[in-house]
Amino acid sequence: MKKFINDPADVVAEALRGMAAAHPDRLRIDHDQHIVYRKDGPKQGKVGLVSGGGSGHEPLHGGFVGTGMLDAACAGEMFTSPVPDQMIAATQEVDGGAGVLHIVKNYTGDVMNFEMAAELAADDAGTEVVAVVTDDDVAVQDSLFTAGRRGTGVTVVLEKVVGAAAEEGASLSDCAALAERVNASGRSMGVALTSCTVPSAGKPTFDLGEDELELGVGIHGEPGRERRPMASAREVAGMMVEPVLAELDRAGSEGAIVLLNGMGGTPLIELYLLYGEVARILEQSGVTVARSLVGNYITSLEMAGASVTVVTADDEMVRLWDAPVNTPGLRWGV
Amino acid sequence: MADLAAFQAWMSAFAEEVSTHAEHLTDLDRAIGDGDHGSNMARGVDKVAALADDGEYPSLNAYLKKVGMTLVSTVGGASGPLYGTFFLRMAGPLADVEDPGTEELGHALRAGVEGVVSRGKAELEDKTMYDAWAPAVEAFESSVDDGTQAALEAAAAAAARGRDSTEGLIARKGRASYLGERSRGHIDPGAASTALLLQAAARTLA
Repeated sequence: MKKFINDPADVVAEALRGMAAAHPDRLRIDHDQHIVYRKDGPKQGKVGLVSGGGSGHEPLHGGFVGTGMLDAACAGEMFTSPVPDQMIAATQEVDGGAGVLHIVKNYTGDVMNFEMAAELAADDAGTEVVAVVTDDDVAVQDSLFTAGRRGTGVTVVLEKVVGAAAEEGASLSDCAALAERVNASGRSMGVALTSCTVPSAGKPTFDLGEDELELGVGIHGEPGRERRPMASAREVAGMMVEPVLAELDRAGSEGAIVLLNGMGGTPLIELYLLYGEVARILEQSGVTVARSLVGNYITSLEMAGASVTVVTADDEMVRLWDAPVNTPGLRWGV
Repeated sequence: MADLAAFQAWMSAFAEEVSTHAEHLTDLDRAIGDGDHGSNMARGVDKVAALADDGEYPSLNAYLKKVGMTLVSTVGGASGPLYGTFFLRMAGPLADVEDPGTEELGHALRAGVEGVVSRGKAELEDKTMYDAWAPAVEAFESSVDDGTQAALEAAAAAAARGRDSTEGLIARKGRASYLGERSRGHIDPGAASTALLLQAAARTLA
């Protein structure tokens, strides 16, 4: 293992210190609890958006804290859910009197910890909390016999779109309904070319041959649908886009918001090359791309690989996507 | 005597077991999860073991609640809420008991395991820690007449068998469930740490 770290046990804490040093204008970081807050919050009368999850997926979630997106992000240990204490503290801190929306990716640990936070917070009363769980990863097929589809790329789109709505003054119930709508309209599929190495483990999470790819990989290196021989970018784009479109209800959609996401270890030139193939398949399939985003937004440490997220968007979602956002990870219109 | 000091000794013994087997737990988790069960558990149980030195607890109930909240707050992942809920619920039947007898201990174990089920919604043979918990609490209950030491030993042996039984199962809950058929042939890391917890109990709690 060769990484820019000092001690495996200190990676999250030290990365947050660096983040605070890099973005003093936008972020305020609670270094005891590992919570990233937007500097100008809480905003009175605005619904608070709290997300969180294991670290190692940067910029998700801390990099999406700021105007027009999240109010707070709880950073867990590497690939490990944050704990209820963090979620309770973040919820109370960002409550501007209009309630708080929890954005939770569908992983067993994340869901249990956010549930416990809601139960423990209920004892204190006061803040109204609604949780929305994202589950867009089509790699997980039979959800009756699994923990269900995993939450992945759609989380980025949801945090952006709902963040804009909250900034405009949407109510908690409107924000929650919009969040459910974005999640239901989006599906994702990922491919890994290499494993990642969790610093405390010191060894690659899984073994993948030089001539193999993992189709349907999860953002923590969970195995996907199957292992296949390494293929061209054109073929890989097909492997990702086809199952996504197969599970997407495109009725009545005006266009799609498409995210071509890098897993952390794939250079941007390959991501653009791959996006070109993805865009071509989408066009051939009759999908109009309304907005696109290419880059590293929900990563898996140094894993080489990519995922495609397609959200069938209505005009309202596209308008909210275009609204100003000012976070370390996404910034436009400001 | 299963008094407060014995429960504290149990937690210290659990911390030792986890520390000794941390790498093994992580290796099991690398095979079908995300490779952090050993380090996550070690972080939590070290905090729990240190509670004993923190000062006096007014009751067994208060101590177990503190243990539960500490695990929830430090372990993270799914294991934090699951183990945390076990101790929080175990505290319930011991609300006014300072030195539980075998039967009372059985009730407390049962309450804790019911908490694990309600938190994780797992069923038998889902290849989770419940596959170690369920036979353990049943073995304890059917050995109640033999006294606490014998019941704990029966529970620890049953938990170890339950742990081993997960090897042949396909995971239907948690991160391992994404593997489907590929999860077979590996022991569930949560069942392995549960077996360690009951082994530690058999060494200390009676």
